[in-house]
Amino acid sequence: MTISPSPHVHTDDSVRKIMYRVVLAMLPALAWSVFVFGVDALRVTLIAVAACMGFEYLIQRFVMKVTPSVNDGSALVTGILLAFNVPADLPWWILVLGAFVAVAVAKLSFGGLGSNIFNPALVGRVFLLISFPVQMTTWPVTKQAAVDATTAATPLGLIKEGILNGKPLNELMGTLPSTSDMLLGNIGGSLGEVSALMLLLGGLYMLWKKVITWHTPVAILGSMFVFGAIFWFVNPEAYLTPVFHLLAGGAMLGAIFMATDMVTSPMTGKGQLIYGVGIGVITMCIRLFGSYPEGISFAILIMNGFTPLINAYVKPKRFGGEK
Amino acid sequence: MPKTAFIPVGQHIGAPAAPVVKKGDKVKTGQVIAQSNGFVSVNIHSSVSGTVKKIDLIPDASGYAKQGIVIDVEGDEWLETIDRSETLVNDFSFTGEEIIQKIKEAGIVGMGGATFPTHVKLVPPKGMKAGLLIINGVECEPYLTSDHRLMLEKADEIVVGTRLLMKALNVEKAVIGIENNKPDAIRLLKEKVAAYPAISVTPLKVKYPQGGEKQLIKAVTGKEVPSGALPIAVGCVVSNVGTAFAVYEAVQKNKPLFERVVTVTGKSVKQPSNFKVRIGTPASELVEAAGGLPDDTGKIISGGPMMGKAVTSLEVPVTKGTSGLLLVPGAEARRDGRMACIRCSRCVTACPMGLEPYLLMTVSEKQIWERAEKERVMDCIECGSCSYTCPSSRPLLDYIRLGKGKVGQIIRSRKN
Repeated sequence: MTISPSPHVHTDDSVRKIMYRVVLAMLPALAWSVFVFGVDALRVTLIAVAACMGFEYLIQRFVMKVTPSVNDGSALVTGILLAFNVPADLPWWILVLGAFVAVAVAKLSFGGLGSNIFNPALVGRVFLLISFPVQMTTWPVTKQAAVDATTAATPLGLIKEGILNGKPLNELMGTLPSTSDMLLGNIGGSLGEVSALMLLLGGLYMLWKKVITWHTPVAILGSMFVFGAIFWFVNPEAYLTPVFHLLAGGAMLGAIFMATDMVTSPMTGKGQLIYGVGIGVITMCIRLFGSYPEGISFAILIMNGFTPLINAYVKPKRFGGEK
Repeated sequence: MPKTAFIPVGQHIGAPAAPVVKKGDKVKTGQVIAQSNGFVSVNIHSSVSGTVKKIDLIPDASGYAKQGIVIDVEGDEWLETIDRSETLVNDFSFTGEEIIQKIKEAGIVGMGGATFPTHVKLVPPKGMKAGLLIINGVECEPYLTSDHRLMLEKADEIVVGTRLLMKALNVEKAVIGIENNKPDAIRLLKEKVAAYPAISVTPLKVKYPQGGEKQLIKAVTGKEVPSGALPIAVGCVVSNVGTAFAVYEAVQKNKPLFERVVTVTGKSVKQPSNFKVRIGTPASELVEAAGGLPDDTGKIISGGPMMGKAVTSLEVPVTKGTSGLLLVPGAEARRDGRMACIRCSRCVTACPMGLEPYLLMTVSEKQIWERAEKERVMDCIECGSCSYTCPSSRPLLDYIRLGKGKVGQIIRSRKN
């Protein structure tokens, strides 16, 4: 007979099932990427996944000398997210380097799953962005694009470059893709970030399956919208619409898939709201005033750093009130 | 009716009762065999008639052997003072004090499982006044159906018991809280209390652990009992339907508490049933009555799946607090291996007390007791929701219990 303390029943949910739900939620966006970027997108994703899982296994087995936990699904998620954050035709060796930084530096050196402070895929991405700025910002054109070119610019990149070259905004507006192209994902950008619609679909699935709660995505997108709306309202000549900001760049990918990472985001709904607003505001500051066209990766990593502090001060509502 | 009754003298919270019989004594059903031993303590009555075989250590559900009285059963001869008829008695000529005295003599404790002596609960501390009596018909845990059964079969008696408790407490209002998954019980009790405007039936959303005292008060009144305080702090006293029924029997029928309803169930149990069982009956006899021990049994639980205790053998007797016996198949008895916390925050969402189980586990594991106290480890009601919900199968409640034990010790030593 088994003797053990209560409770005697347990949920049949597991870390693995949660991770596979995240993977399932990313499939629509991945499918769309294959549709617009061709088989390159699939190749990049598979390399990233294989590299992340491979590094996790090898390091756990031979360096940390623990039983490898590569089948918990977290390295798989990291791999796909890393691929989502890079151009669809990134050379394989750069990708493998990024996977190494993500898994070895950002995750395992902190103790592995659950112990890392920063989102591994984003650490890998930012490392690559800083180390290989040319390769990381040269995006392939979508198969559906009408223009005859080999590389495409992102909408945010177009604006930033134009403004730096002293062109007025209304002149640049003409070069921007339409809102429907941005919503659908017929624009330049990283592998998994182009289709706002597909990302939203995955987000809704994760909400339904309770993998994520609404707090973080709504706080990020809401604060970006409000921030963008204020500037646009004050001076529509110099600033773009808030809707543009929500659809452009990595806003959707970041808000739905990157910032909601359980390990690196706060524990309470209230904490997640603070965290999300922080990400939204920092992102908009970088976009409008920084030298990078996009800043959500940096914003998420900065707020990841604040997560322990938020957890220490933002407590759930105690039953019976405070003492 | 057991062949031999094993009756522990400590079946309640508080001091164990002191045996007043000795080996060889003849006892009748309903006779006091151990006397209340202090303020927070109750009498223990013989649940059978026969001869005292020995007074010795017997195993109970906690896993420890505790003092108990073993009686060889001969016939079933009840004390003459007990009214054994089925007729409903409606005698309200007693004063509040008389009712409390009778409850005390009958050895009644909270029958939801907490087993706190009822007569103590009915006398609020000085300066406090109860305004509302809440009768708990929620059924404390999944799988258990003993309260449900009792409400369906003894509704009239429960209403009388409720009115007696109201009189003892001198309160004007009582609410019977029942969860929505028992519509038949809600309907029946609503009918029965129609004649008494002071008593109402409140249907509640199904939500474990609503059978918990503090959660039930919140659900019924919207008030939250402050940390470390008793329900009386918000003017409430909570009693289980089983307790209300026992009060009816004690006051109207002169029948002390020596039997109760026990659910015997489990996925492989042939005839899952509710039995009216004499206190002291070994679990093995209940299992036989429910169709025998299933071959695949891997764990035997006294109580429910969330808070019950796994017992070491089927010789453990039914006590006043035994609400159920759950036979869990072997495949479900094992726990999965513990994995890393992924900070999914499900335990935080699940905790009915607004605590952070993941944090309490960490500080308990690292033995940082001041932090555990500051994070209100003592508020934990041990409902098990955190451990249940953890996708990493972490033993959250195990460590929180450890922390509660340590912090409790520290708090007590500070007072001395």
